[in-house]
Amino acid sequence: MSHKVVIPIGPYHPLQEEPEFFRLYTEGEKVVDIDIVIGYMHRGIEKLSESKHYDQTPYLVERICGICSNAHPFAYVNAMEDLAKIEVPERALYIRTIIAELERLHSHLLWLGLAGHFIGYNTVWMWSWKYREPVLDILEAITGNRQNYGMMKVGGVRRDIKEEDIPGVRKMNDDLIPVLNMFKGAVMDDPVIQARTKGVGILSKEEAVNYSVVGPTARASGLAMDVRRDDPYGVYDRVEWDVVVRKEGDIFAKLVVRVLEMYESIKIINQCLEKMPKGPIDLDLKDIPAGEGIGRVEAPRGECFHYVRSDGTNSPIRHKIRAPSYMNVPSNKVAAVGQTISDAAITLAAVDPCYCCTERTIVIDRQTERKLFNGWDLVELSRKKTEEIKGQKSG
Amino acid sequence: MSEPQNTIKEKFAKQILNFVEHNPRRFYIELAPQDIPAAAKFIFRDLSCRLATASGLDTPGGIEILYHFSHDLSGKIFTLKTLIRDKEDPHIESITPFIKAAEWIEREMWEMLGVHFDHHPNLKRLLLAEDLPEDFHPLRHDQDKERNEP
Amino acid sequence: MNLKLKALTKSIWVFHAACSPCNNCDIEILDVLTPRYDVERFGIQLVGSVRHADVLLVTGVPNRKTAERLKALYAQAAKPCLVVAIGQCAGGGCMFTPSYNYIKPVDEIVPVAAYVPGCPPKPEAIIMGVVKLLKSLGK
Repeated sequence: MSHKVVIPIGPYHPLQEEPEFFRLYTEGEKVVDIDIVIGYMHRGIEKLSESKHYDQTPYLVERICGICSNAHPFAYVNAMEDLAKIEVPERALYIRTIIAELERLHSHLLWLGLAGHFIGYNTVWMWSWKYREPVLDILEAITGNRQNYGMMKVGGVRRDIKEEDIPGVRKMNDDLIPVLNMFKGAVMDDPVIQARTKGVGILSKEEAVNYSVVGPTARASGLAMDVRRDDPYGVYDRVEWDVVVRKEGDIFAKLVVRVLEMYESIKIINQCLEKMPKGPIDLDLKDIPAGEGIGRVEAPRGECFHYVRSDGTNSPIRHKIRAPSYMNVPSNKVAAVGQTISDAAITLAAVDPCYCCTERTIVIDRQTERKLFNGWDLVELSRKKTEEIKGQKSG
Repeated sequence: MSEPQNTIKEKFAKQILNFVEHNPRRFYIELAPQDIPAAAKFIFRDLSCRLATASGLDTPGGIEILYHFSHDLSGKIFTLKTLIRDKEDPHIESITPFIKAAEWIEREMWEMLGVHFDHHPNLKRLLLAEDLPEDFHPLRHDQDKERNEP
Repeated sequence: MNLKLKALTKSIWVFHAACSPCNNCDIEILDVLTPRYDVERFGIQLVGSVRHADVLLVTGVPNRKTAERLKALYAQAAKPCLVVAIGQCAGGGCMFTPSYNYIKPVDEIVPVAAYVPGCPPKPEAIIMGVVKLLKSLGK
């Protein structure tokens, strides 16, 4: 059980972003058990937050995760506003919502690319990352940075969306729809991708409840939960959109949920741009009273939960952060068990963990305890299977 | 169907030490440590709430544990609060046997605050490195002095 | 410049080691490979093993669990292997230095040849960092 075996694995995956270590126990081709070891990313942010001023904390929590770099500060300011019972200016709420949805677009495109890569479709990876760039350009135009936007602030937002930026956002949205249609056609109707993802890595509704999974992972398993609808924040209760739910619980369902959600995001952004009123974007907030508050946000990967307790001083006495992957990753334990080894890579990646976890995967044969594969071999296996299916389909 | 907060109030009328409605979507319910498993089970199973997370904090009076349950149908969050007065060797019954989602959460609390969860199936380190001393609990405030020394 | 270093400057193979970053730098590194920037034109390629790599890209603040692994990774690399610290965290710890899980900066664990500052550095900055590093080798 010692983590020492991790070191000689060496091969980092070319797509690997964050280290995480899965230990798969196999019997023949089947995965019979799985061990998840985390902690390679632990930086003690909850503790650091206790030493930061309320205004500095958004900067800190932004750096929890680069892909959700808007969701965490958003959840934090929601928690602070719940604590202090503040009404935020209308325009600020609209701006927050727009940024959050732009982030969802770029995050889902990112996942789609990685998923394609894992089953051996590098073209999907290159495509979706190519079409992700315009979204980042818009974010850069509005916020000044491609990631880590620095927009959130307790009581408002830091930067306004300028009138001259709005046509650009609209154009990006319009251009993205044909791209999404293309993905819908090319990815979702592709018989090989269907063969690789349908009925694979199933997370049943019952297990989804047991593991309290959130976000697209829950919605693909038939749980109609979405914080944006259930506990509206920002302006989600003032725009029209749908929660995308699928019943199957397999990887294909997760893929479909994410692709269809991007259409909803575009709908939300367009409505926000239309309805956005003029006015102030920030309350000049001075003091935070003692008390406690909970803020949550539907991040691209699911519910992001922040709890803050204040004693009336400048910094919180407790700031609890729970990222969506924290709930989703343990569910791999049921989703990956019973699968073949070649399906493990995509199954583990399907919850869209903030890391491409296969990298740290090592496959151990139960009988001999001998190391058989590492993460790189797994991806190779996964690709080989796709090639075989391709061969069968065309032959 | 009656409002979920009223159901909880009726069911645990005798056990509830304090019931706070922060706003119509946020409820804080204080209970004694021994009543937590029953209440958590009821909220999770019968009210079909989702365990959003649980956290603990070090207060002068003891270790406070909070379980946040989300009622997705109504968007309400019920927070069960409890205070363990014994700071030297805090113990509380684990809820993992009936809520699988709590496994990591309780492991994290165990290493961060030193709270021992009785009958937890797999209580071992989650985030901290193995080379840190066993009695190092970063979120305990009495650790602060040592931590700041180089 | 010795022969080994000279050979190294042609079509660099890079290996990417994430030491508890926030993901941003890592995504920007991958972004450099995708169609808009496409550094594979110049033979720059991410490889699956540090043993094949000419350049080791490090992101994030090494914590207690990853610091020793970074050291081991560098030890496994065929020398000369140049280390590039990408981002503010790898360069100086960003705001994580007071954390209990922080040990020491990247350049005290492995010898760093170049730093690319930024939080996260833009893809253009990463490319420029590599170009500058190569130029400095030529001198």
